[in-house]
Amino acid sequence: MWPEQLPALAVAVPLACAPVAALLRTGLPAWTVATVASVASFAFAVLLAGSVGGLDELSYAVGSWPVPYGIELRITSFSALLLLIITGASSAALLAGRHSLETEVAAPRHPFFYAAWLLVLGGLIGIVVSGDAFNIFVFMEVSSLATYILVAGGSNPRALPAVFKYLVMGTIGATFYLIGVGLIYMMTGTLNLADMGTRIHDVADLKPILAAVGFVTIGLILKAGLFPLHVWLPNTYAWSPHIVTAFIAACSAKVSLYVLLRFDFMVFQGSLVDHQLQFSGFLMPLAVLAILVASGVAMAEGNLKRLLAYSSVAQIGYVVLGASLMTASGLTAGIIHMFNHALAKGAMFLAVAGIAIRITSLRLEDLAGIGRLMPWSTAAFMLAALSLIGIPGTAGFVSKWYLISAALDAGTVGVALVVVIVASSLMTVAYIWRIAETMYFRAPLDNAAGVRDAPPWMLGVLWVVALANVWFGLLPGIPLVLSADAAATLLGHLP
Amino acid sequence: MKLFGLYNYWVFALLLMIGLYAVIAKPNLVKKLLGLSIFQSAVFLLYISMAKVEGGTAAIIQHTAEPQIFSNPLPHVLILTAIVVGVSTVALGLAIVVRIREEYGTIEENEIQARDRDR
Amino acid sequence: MAGARPAYPVLTLLPGLEIAFRVEPLGALFAALASLLWLLNTVYSIGYMRGNREQNQTRFYVLFAVALSATIGIAFASNLLTLFLFYEVLTLSTYPLVAHKGDAKSVASARVYLGVLLATSIGLLLPAIVWTWRTAGTLDFTPGGILDGHVGGLATGLLLAFYVFGTGKAALMPVHRWLPAAMVAPTPVSALLHAVAVVKAGVFVVTKVIIYIFGIDFLRTQGSADWLLYAAGFTMVAASVVALRQENLKRLLAYSTVAQLSYVTLAAALFRPVSETGAALHIASHGLGKITLFFAAGSIYTAARKTEISQLDGIGRRMPWTCAAFAVGALAMIGLPPTAGFVSKWQILVGSLQSGQHFAVLVIILSTAITSAYFMPILHRVWFRSEPTGPRVDCREAPLPIVLALTTTALLTVAFFFVHPPILEFAWQMFSTNARP
Repeated sequence: MWPEQLPALAVAVPLACAPVAALLRTGLPAWTVATVASVASFAFAVLLAGSVGGLDELSYAVGSWPVPYGIELRITSFSALLLLIITGASSAALLAGRHSLETEVAAPRHPFFYAAWLLVLGGLIGIVVSGDAFNIFVFMEVSSLATYILVAGGSNPRALPAVFKYLVMGTIGATFYLIGVGLIYMMTGTLNLADMGTRIHDVADLKPILAAVGFVTIGLILKAGLFPLHVWLPNTYAWSPHIVTAFIAACSAKVSLYVLLRFDFMVFQGSLVDHQLQFSGFLMPLAVLAILVASGVAMAEGNLKRLLAYSSVAQIGYVVLGASLMTASGLTAGIIHMFNHALAKGAMFLAVAGIAIRITSLRLEDLAGIGRLMPWSTAAFMLAALSLIGIPGTAGFVSKWYLISAALDAGTVGVALVVVIVASSLMTVAYIWRIAETMYFRAPLDNAAGVRDAPPWMLGVLWVVALANVWFGLLPGIPLVLSADAAATLLGHLP
Repeated sequence: MKLFGLYNYWVFALLLMIGLYAVIAKPNLVKKLLGLSIFQSAVFLLYISMAKVEGGTAAIIQHTAEPQIFSNPLPHVLILTAIVVGVSTVALGLAIVVRIREEYGTIEENEIQARDRDR
Repeated sequence: MAGARPAYPVLTLLPGLEIAFRVEPLGALFAALASLLWLLNTVYSIGYMRGNREQNQTRFYVLFAVALSATIGIAFASNLLTLFLFYEVLTLSTYPLVAHKGDAKSVASARVYLGVLLATSIGLLLPAIVWTWRTAGTLDFTPGGILDGHVGGLATGLLLAFYVFGTGKAALMPVHRWLPAAMVAPTPVSALLHAVAVVKAGVFVVTKVIIYIFGIDFLRTQGSADWLLYAAGFTMVAASVVALRQENLKRLLAYSTVAQLSYVTLAAALFRPVSETGAALHIASHGLGKITLFFAAGSIYTAARKTEISQLDGIGRRMPWTCAAFAVGALAMIGLPPTAGFVSKWQILVGSLQSGQHFAVLVIILSTAITSAYFMPILHRVWFRSEPTGPRVDCREAPLPIVLALTTTALLTVAFFFVHPPILEFAWQMFSTNARP
């Protein structure tokens, strides 16, 4: 009986727990509620990932209203993978993050903070499981509004201008998406993605549909932070409370990319003339620029979190680059990189949160010599960093292997892309090693004397995530199968 | 004549552009939010316009003899949701502007940037 | 071990790609060499690290063990992916050893070390491996090669270049810069890693790729692969000339290593079974000789605090064991009997004559002459010059573990000359499961 309700439960549990957390008076019970809800969603995600296989799609009619009139929840391998990323990132960040949060957010605000966290979680899950275009917009706004609260909730005043910019750009992105959906609804009379895909065939290539393609694509890459629409991203990641960064850096941009891919393949690819060419011709140059420019900026950046944020901009470029190749291997590479990058960046930002408990400034020069003072946090950071570089034996290598392999299939362009990938890997080595040398080979500052490592509980969670990078580097079976199935599902919509 | 007949959509495009211009060009954060609000309202107009069926009335089923024409009710419902979203966005934006004013003592974007540089 | 090649698949990384191990003659020889010398080096390290009161000794030994495991992993890898995995582990685990001192100079040198090795491996080796995977559909080391019929023309030469320069550890010019830079490390690191494990891993990869990925019969037919011979020959001569001008003993040994590594690459680039066997033997014989030389250099540093060649006048009388071992090592480098160097050089020379490559014969003779030109004056200085007058430094022979280790390696270098036939037979099995006809 209840396994059929899993898609609905995954959304409902965090959303229902949010007001409960808000009503509690103190931080600890609210944290408990949030963590339990998050871990429960993670369990739902694992069960869902186990029950979808191959090209199966799990359809759930909300309130038993028949599809396509009612709202449909639709789980594919792609959604299952994203669910694992979202709920995993949230659970790890919550489990590890209580101490970190206490240093940054005033105690009376904790219950509200955890309530907002659950709204973000529920919203992101909602986006991923929903098969309805307008429903996706609503969940997108639920998660975005709650994210603004989380980002602005810390003690750093610089987060405020950053979050204002994020709010304005995020709203523009979402509204663009809404305009696109409206235009398609006008032409097809449906909001269900699968239904849109069939009905759009008769009206394809009429001007409103072409305009809709533009609005949806631009809106979503704005929300995903793809270069050159990434300007909101670095400051938002940099000045958020550290534990929030660990959560949103691991999943929120990827969810927007997920919507972009799913929407584009389900609705447009099948019917629009020359759409495949336009899709890759538009996104590939942006992806290449994102990879090169953002890696270059990261090499010169002096604040650790901003550096990692720029690195994230580059990594979003990798995902888009893989997808823009429009082949099974390219899409698989892009999609598995979502998973692997979430593991690496999640662990790195968790390590940063641990370091920040003891050292307030995250400028690189203030982190001199902490390899000796906080050996466990820095070692976990470096392990995840190796995965970011793509050293064999770590998760990052698997995605890099697939990406290079997919690029080589693409002929002459592919060779140029391999050069780009290789160049940016070397840039990654350069900025990671700048951090490594600062942490390990400089003498600690005088005022850092006596600094201890992060609390043991936090280190435990951090190391689980860091070691997951090695685990999925040596046994990439689960994410690989899900990504390959996801790619096949997407390509199944092509004519 | 046909161009004029679609004047709702012209107004939609105009409002959209006015809103976007204000968001981009105005340094004052409250004016930016005003622009954002206009921008969102334009989209409401788009949805409401498309719902209109000529000669149609509100979609309330009445048991009368002659068949009735209804306007499409679905976009109205959608926009009801979108309005709620819009209101919350602006409210949250204003709350952030208040906090910025407390921390920075100004709500002009260029002055905020200057202060951030000084830090 | 009569021709059997036991294989151990460990786990599947990607469909069709596994982490797996397989024992074959070339790898077995390399692994045996590395483990044997590791034992001796551990004895030596104890004397050296204590004698010089180095810090962080635990970290030092742990990373040393990791580096050795990675070397064994490279030796027994049954496909390119496994090999690449351990290749990178070796790079990363030796980086902290190079930067061991932690001062500005060693950090800067370690940056060169890591930069060159990572950049070449990610920039060239990885694309080469993926390229091979895409065209041949497998990465398994297979006797006779896997690329015949899949690449041709200029692409063969290009792919070979990706492999050879991507293997930065093989130190073919111009990617040799990391090796002199690595000399800031404590001497046991230079001795085992930068005379045996790391650099030999480099030429081992080159040889293995030529034999088991390209296949020598295939490469012999490909004109575009001939450049490797000339590049290796150039490095042999150029590095020897640079070594001639060095003042610092360890840097001289480093450049000598660069030249000697190119002997292996040159031998491999002749694409003849007899020369490939020579390459395998040279990996072993140069390893024995060079580790002896480094042991001696470290012994002199520990006992007398001397690092420059000009300071070595007459030191042979104070440290007879060390300097005798040094002499044996030097003879092995030049390739004089009765040392290991003679056996492998002979094999390589036979290979070049067989293949009719007069260029190879020429550069071997030339570089041998230059090698004598930089080692003979040192031997003369050590044994026949009188000690400098002035404040007398009272130094004696180095601590016992050091002397023990370097005497053993010197004896092994000589012993290799006398017991080489079975090893040669074993190396021949690379090309057939039976012994040489």
